Amino acid sequence: MSPANDILLSVKDLAVSFRSGDGVARAVDGVSFEICKGETVCIVGESGCGKTVSALSILGLIPSPLGEIVAGEILFQGLNLVGLDEERLRAIRGKKIAMVFQEPITSLNPVFTIGDQIAEAIEIHESLPRDKVHQRCLSLLKDVGIASPEERLQDYPHQLSGGQRQRVMIAMALSCMPELLIADEPTTALDVTVQSQILQLLATLQKRHGTSILYITHDLAVVSHIATRIYVMYAGLIVEQATTDRIFKSSKHPYTQGLLASLPSRLKKGQQLPSIPGTVPDPAHRPEGCPFHPRCGFAIASCRVEFPEMCDYGDGHLSRCPVLFESVSGKGDLP
Amino acid sequence: MTPESSYPGESLLQVEGLKKYFPVKRGFLKRTSGWIKAVDGVDFEVEQGKTLGLVGESGCGKSTVARMLLRLLDADGGRILYRGKDINTLYGNDVKRLRKEVQIIFQDPFGSLNPRMSAGQAVEEGLRAVGITDRQERRARVEGLLALVGLSGESFDRYPHEFSGGQRQRIGIARALSVEPSLIICDEPVSALDVSIQAQILNLLKNLQEEFGLSYLFISHDLNVVGYISDMVAVMYLGHIMEYGPSDTLFDHSRHPYTRALLSSVPVPGETKEIAPLSGDVPSPLNPPPGCKFQGRCPLVEERCRQEEISFYRVGEDHFARCWKAPDL
Repeated sequence: MSPANDILLSVKDLAVSFRSGDGVARAVDGVSFEICKGETVCIVGESGCGKTVSALSILGLIPSPLGEIVAGEILFQGLNLVGLDEERLRAIRGKKIAMVFQEPITSLNPVFTIGDQIAEAIEIHESLPRDKVHQRCLSLLKDVGIASPEERLQDYPHQLSGGQRQRVMIAMALSCMPELLIADEPTTALDVTVQSQILQLLATLQKRHGTSILYITHDLAVVSHIATRIYVMYAGLIVEQATTDRIFKSSKHPYTQGLLASLPSRLKKGQQLPSIPGTVPDPAHRPEGCPFHPRCGFAIASCRVEFPEMCDYGDGHLSRCPVLFESVSGKGDLP
Repeated sequence: MTPESSYPGESLLQVEGLKKYFPVKRGFLKRTSGWIKAVDGVDFEVEQGKTLGLVGESGCGKSTVARMLLRLLDADGGRILYRGKDINTLYGNDVKRLRKEVQIIFQDPFGSLNPRMSAGQAVEEGLRAVGITDRQERRARVEGLLALVGLSGESFDRYPHEFSGGQRQRIGIARALSVEPSLIICDEPVSALDVSIQAQILNLLKNLQEEFGLSYLFISHDLNVVGYISDMVAVMYLGHIMEYGPSDTLFDHSRHPYTRALLSSVPVPGETKEIAPLSGDVPSPLNPPPGCKFQGRCPLVEERCRQEEISFYRVGEDHFARCWKAPDL
């Protein structure tokens, strides 16, 4: 990992809980991660693992009073964002940290033109004369690869295609040159061809402006092409973290291993796909001990009762599975 | 496939020159001002016990093809031969009989189950429709079907909201199987599911195929999934099949620039190379330009692509493409 002074955002032991009819659900249960300057970090996980909630916490967007950050801190350039008053958060939101959401059609306002919406983002944070704002909008649309930007500024969201809408969202997010861009499944709703265009766009913009990207997705294939480091989440926990290369080549957690093995590909044709049995546990009723033990092939008696600690494999590779760790270090007798 | 290459009786389903045009109505009098050629001359066949993967971007006409195969839409041209018989000529009870043979599994397991019907009732509905009147028998068969797709006996009386996405998809599969079909159209059956659940459903579909000799028309935009499950693959673009052939041939020796572009934009897990995207958007299907439909985005475009429409022709054994340059690719 990079030296400590390059760290842009550091989340420490974050816990977020939601009240529901079923009781209190710990959506995020002690999550720590870091993002350095100019880096693309991915959080990967299945639905309900807490990846989106982690991202929303950074921007102070957890719906209150249902949800609440119950523990931990979020340090952005040394400033703790947890418990910060709304006014100071608004100065950061959109200006220093911006977000792109999964469904561009629901994130854009249908009754305002694209131009109005991008201009709004700029006007909130900067006092610029109108013509300057207009100039900025035009160059942003050009930057994100929208053809004839002058005309598109007058368009309403429904007049654009899905890919163009996502480009507009990215333009809006980049309007104030944020230092951190959070992208929550930005390509999940798009076709593969459009997805690859958006991924390339993000990579180009990152190179040009040095923006850090926190990319949240369930798609391991996308991750391998863009991330420098990966955090794998399961049931509100980070279960493994490492560089992209190590996650794909020498994963040390049964869940990550299971996910990678279960990916369909042409090379596995005719074979049974090794799938992870069972389903993701309900956040309100997570199993005792290691949350993955009911689905895990390596589970031993202690996994049912003991909460697994992070095991360090060196070079920033951590995995929350003591069973595999001991077998690797020669203390255990399991494979 | 082209008519001269088909051998009646060998394949379960043959589609020849299938067309569906939707009118575009404008103004107060709702005059037809143009046509959207959603499906414009589609040929393929599905063999008994095999899987045909149908891939393409959204709006290319994949789902319209599926709906015509079930007679949920009437074709505007071409033939759909199911066991040698054109289904477009069927009426009344014959359509019912067709739907006993051809079933569909939908993409969205949340939208495709009636929230007021228990899992058992949803599956039982099919049995009732094919005229099994004995309640005891129906119940026993439903329980057998639920067990077959990996759901416990208690599931019978539970309602859709009590199940997870993967389990709901299993109910959808049990419902499709209830009438003992030969062909199942799977319209994006795993794209709404989590990664770890996707593999479970794909395995289930594969096992059922082996056990009952089912044929699948597997519609998907995910080439990794299609490559895994399909024997043959058809690539669709703006209502045309651009390339059609055995899965391995198509992935390794594609003869069409669109297929190649599609393949190169697919992220592969574990690979770190940058993805090469295809520029531009899918053009509007309303009044497309003359000539090849892919001309606007094709890296190999030349003058004749803009003037003449090219037909589908054979470029190898069971391998067809719609491109002038296919022989040189």
